[in-house]
Amino acid sequence: MHAPAMERERLVVIGAGMAGLRLLEELKAACPGRYNVTVVGAEPEPAYNRVLLSSLLAGEAADEDIRLRDRAWYGANGYRLFTGVAAQAIDRAARRVTLKDGRVLAYDKLAFATGSEAIRLPLPGAHLAQALVFRDRLDAMRLKELSGPGKRAVVIGGGLLGLEAAYGLARLGCKATVVHAADRLMNRQLDDRGAATLRRSLETKGIGFVMGASSARIAGDTHVTGLELASGAVLPADMIVMAVGVQPNVTLAKAAGLDCNRAILVEDAMRTSDPAIFALGECAEHRGAVYGLVAPAYEQAKTLAAQLAGDEAASYAGSLLSTNLKVSGVPVFSAGVIEAEDGDEIVTLADPGHGHYRKLIVRDDRLKGAILVGEASDALWYLDLIASRAPLGPLRDDLAFGRGFAAAA
Amino acid sequence: MNIHAPEQPAPPTRTTCPYCGVGCGVLAQPDRMGGATIAGDPDHPSNFGRLCSKGSALGETLSLEGRLLHPAIDGARASWTDALDATAEGFRRVLDEHGPGAIAVYLSGQLLTEDYYAANKLFKGFLGSANVDTNSRLCMSSSVAGHKRAFGSDTVPGTYRDLETADLLVLVGSNAAWCHPVLYQRMLAAKVARGAKIVVIDPRRTATAEEADLHLPIEAGFDSALFCGLLVALAERGALNDGFIDSHTSNFTAALDRAREIAPDVAATAAACGLNPTDVETFFDLFAATERVVTLYSQGVNQSAQGSDKVNAIVNVHLATGRIGREGMGPFSLTGQPNAMGGREVGGLSNQLAAHMGFDVESIEKVRRFWDAPRMARAEGLKAVDMFDAVERGEIRALWVMGTNPAVSLPRADAARAAMRNLEHFVVSENVASNDTLGAGAKIRLPAAAWGEKDGTVTNSERRISRQRAFLALPGQARPDWWIVTQVASRLGFAEAFDWRTPGEVFREHAALSAFENNGGRDFDIGALADLDTRDYDKLEPIQWPAKTGAARKETRFFAKGGFFTPDRRARFVAVEPITPAATPTRTFPYRLNTGRIRDQWHTMTRTGRSPRLASHIIEPFIEIHPADAAREGLVDGGFAKVSSSHGEAVLRVRVEPGARQGALFAPIHWTTETSSDGRVGALVHAFVDPQSGQPDAKATPAAVAPVAFARQGFALARGALGEPPAQMWWAKAAAPKGAGLLFACDDAPALETLLPGLERDDEIVDFVDPARKSYRAAIFRDGVLEACLFVGAGRQENAWTHLRTRLGQPLSEGQIRSLLLAGRPSDGAASGPLVCACHGVPKGVIEGAVRSGCADATAVGAATRAGTNCGSCLPEIRRMLASMRALEPALA
Repeated sequence: MHAPAMERERLVVIGAGMAGLRLLEELKAACPGRYNVTVVGAEPEPAYNRVLLSSLLAGEAADEDIRLRDRAWYGANGYRLFTGVAAQAIDRAARRVTLKDGRVLAYDKLAFATGSEAIRLPLPGAHLAQALVFRDRLDAMRLKELSGPGKRAVVIGGGLLGLEAAYGLARLGCKATVVHAADRLMNRQLDDRGAATLRRSLETKGIGFVMGASSARIAGDTHVTGLELASGAVLPADMIVMAVGVQPNVTLAKAAGLDCNRAILVEDAMRTSDPAIFALGECAEHRGAVYGLVAPAYEQAKTLAAQLAGDEAASYAGSLLSTNLKVSGVPVFSAGVIEAEDGDEIVTLADPGHGHYRKLIVRDDRLKGAILVGEASDALWYLDLIASRAPLGPLRDDLAFGRGFAAAA
Repeated sequence: MNIHAPEQPAPPTRTTCPYCGVGCGVLAQPDRMGGATIAGDPDHPSNFGRLCSKGSALGETLSLEGRLLHPAIDGARASWTDALDATAEGFRRVLDEHGPGAIAVYLSGQLLTEDYYAANKLFKGFLGSANVDTNSRLCMSSSVAGHKRAFGSDTVPGTYRDLETADLLVLVGSNAAWCHPVLYQRMLAAKVARGAKIVVIDPRRTATAEEADLHLPIEAGFDSALFCGLLVALAERGALNDGFIDSHTSNFTAALDRAREIAPDVAATAAACGLNPTDVETFFDLFAATERVVTLYSQGVNQSAQGSDKVNAIVNVHLATGRIGREGMGPFSLTGQPNAMGGREVGGLSNQLAAHMGFDVESIEKVRRFWDAPRMARAEGLKAVDMFDAVERGEIRALWVMGTNPAVSLPRADAARAAMRNLEHFVVSENVASNDTLGAGAKIRLPAAAWGEKDGTVTNSERRISRQRAFLALPGQARPDWWIVTQVASRLGFAEAFDWRTPGEVFREHAALSAFENNGGRDFDIGALADLDTRDYDKLEPIQWPAKTGAARKETRFFAKGGFFTPDRRARFVAVEPITPAATPTRTFPYRLNTGRIRDQWHTMTRTGRSPRLASHIIEPFIEIHPADAAREGLVDGGFAKVSSSHGEAVLRVRVEPGARQGALFAPIHWTTETSSDGRVGALVHAFVDPQSGQPDAKATPAAVAPVAFARQGFALARGALGEPPAQMWWAKAAAPKGAGLLFACDDAPALETLLPGLERDDEIVDFVDPARKSYRAAIFRDGVLEACLFVGAGRQENAWTHLRTRLGQPLSEGQIRSLLLAGRPSDGAASGPLVCACHGVPKGVIEGAVRSGCADATAVGAATRAGTNCGSCLPEIRRMLASMRALEPALA
């Protein structure tokens, strides 16, 4: 069995979200029992699948579907789990973490997996109870309570999260309207045609759009009655969802004096400016990139676990950005560059009637970027092609038709 | 007893195929929706149930789309009364003002015997003009001339059965595997059954040549030298039949002497013909040693400035060996049209009068009395090429074209087309509403009945008369050609002589004329059929002539014991002329352009062009060239070439063909202004003719080739109408199931709306754009069905065409991602490529798959895929694929 607790190195993980849990799982595989591990989470429950929150909202997933590991799993693997309690301060010199409830945890190694939080727009009226963000399970529950047939919901933000929220609300019977500042949806992942295709598909699912609009204030005295736009127009609403992005949770790290930029700076070994402290997931900034997706966090967890297991060569080289929009009923995939530069070859395959769109950007016989809307079953194949930078060769001509065609060429 | 017997479907109509001269029996079962199910007639002695790819697809050619369905005068719809009045009035006027030399009728081997008879009678007996010629002039008139010189009559001595009982089959200038597929299969059956050898003499390594035991790739035009050499060799080897020569022939010595001058020995023969001496020797040995020899010949012999001499050089060796008119022996002319023979029997040629009689005083008088004719033609008229020259010169001012397309098929076709514009009176009887000849300024358009609607008789290559029977109602105002002639005749004052009410009545008169004062002096005698009543005529079984009144019907061959139709009853050996080609290649035009047919099309595609199945083997006009010549000229396989002669030019798809002869080009005759932008090959053909027959030298025009490059190629398919292609575009039209297709090449990308003008507002457009590859593809869906598509790319879009054309009009399957149709092929890569077996619709990819999965020969491929199991005309191609795949993958061998 495990060595006595006192003799083992102490690892404290701050953050019991998906990144933190994946680190525990990787540690279990890499060096079971090597560390005396304590996990601290601010949310009242152990890590759940945040990616499925919008499915939960839409009623397409149940509570048990988003559950990852139950508490017993943590115990059985020797992991101590504190939930509903945030870490408040870190004494790096003493290697101690103080929790909000006053408990103090000593550590030999510390990992930040604090994730990020939704940005709340500082709009007048944002304090009203029906002005929400959509970040955790409680948000989903609250939105669900407010929703129902005939209810009007305005979602601020036409990015991934906003669209998923709008879709979920529409599924619950709400008349959902998305207000987006840019002229195209998911403007960091899609080009104009892809965004337009996505918009038309979502419109057929009952979601309305107001594009190129910025929000001025939330109307309502005691409860939300609408969203007033900068143009002066007012969109009547029973609830407002702000889905304008997230910001990494770095207050604690900053206070502890760790080097931070947008997030906590880490090297390829996932180490912060303090050699005993690591960071991963959405709170980490690696080579200038802060990832807002789960896949990079999982890659980072693997590297960090290897490091903690003693493999000093383990190294994370960054992740290729790709987006998979899974929930909105419209598969969307985006990876690599979005817009072509001079000298790039662009290939498109478009079926507006069926809401299908593919754009591929090729340069020097290599795939640089891919956008898939409406049909994304070959997403991983394209992702591999972009990631591997392999010459396309005979795959080039039929690239747009997916693996089944291109590989048979 | 069964009182409630289910209603039996009507038995199928027994009729005869409208294509080549084999004359296959066809069973047509109308579907009561204007179409019919087609099958081979197992009881017909031409084909015993087999049909070739073209015949099998007849059911796909019956639509009324594009048909001429009402008379028209100067482009305006007219009543029959007005159109017939105008037709008659025009001829009357020109005749009155300029005499019979200024009128002409140009007939067709696709007319029925009854149509031919009516037209021939009107012009030669009642209008006094022998300017009655036919497209058969372009087809087998050299055989007629050769027969008449040798036999004193236009007689095919043998029968099809001889092809099965011969031990040696020599095919000269005949790609029977493609052009007479059913007969060719009978020959192959003989090869298997009795080990018959097949020798093919052809400049091209055709599908027929590929199957042969020996192929002699002869220099075009030198066939008579080869047969002169053979005659000499037979004499040297003592293989002559002196008894037959002495008893039944004359002029042998002169012919042999001349042969010795032309081809004194094997070496000289080989040198003259451009052949390997060993091959020539092998052929001579085989011929000398084999008693049962049939020498079959077709357009490679006939369509030549030496055509008649070639025929006689062939006939000479059969006369010299006495191998004629006996089981498994004889010279055998394969005719290219369904009723070329019927036309010959009628005398529907300008150098014949009627019923195998010529323009001697006695015959003229005989026919005059029989017809009670007021104005007999008394001398030969103008043969096809001369006829249209006379039109060009303005000497012929009134012309009636029936059922043929001379603006495409004549030599110097562009000049002929231009000449027709000058006619004072130009009448065309046609099935189709638009073709190159109608477009050449036809003033009066008469809607003629088509195959399936008309009723009468045709005669095939073995002198067998078969009924073509109607199984469809006459559409619109279409009428039989013979009826149209009677109506014009009656307006010209000859009602009584043309008072037939049925085709049977015409036939009876024709049969009676054949027997009229015949007394055995003329080979063509079907007097036994002169008394058929309507019921007998309707039920007439295929019958071989002669069929003399009262004679026992046993002998179906001629001349085994002499009895030729010359004054002394002896056959004539003909001393053929030394060969001087009509034109030799020059610095400017260094190649010899050969023209001919392809497997799945026929003539100018007015019928075969409607069949989607037939538009899948070869879909574009092409030029075939030897690899060495192609390399020299900078041509690549699948590219384009401008082919030019001093008469015209065409732009054609290049097929680099190792089986081509160096210095020779081959192009198909089928494409017209209706079906292509630049595929009118007749425009290039020079106008030299055989001095005896007047048949054009259509297979050896000096020509040049040069590469043509297009930045883009592609195709459009639509269920509705396709747009007018832009002026600079190269294009060819091809049928597609449930629609129409256009294959094209161009420099500037064509606009979707130009080629697909039928798009509607609610149509959904799916597109694929890849500018770096010059690729644009669009699919248009209407109500969930593929309505149209357009593919454009830097290269050829062959596989995509094959894939998409069958999907036109098809609803999508459940869960199908329709944009993937634009990949232009199935994801597994199989089941694609051009159709090899047209009968069973088997594409190249499937056959390749079968070979890869272990099928070792064509029989195994057939068992696995059905390919080649119907007409068999694709078997050479399948064998070729087997051979080349084995060569590539030795493990398969």
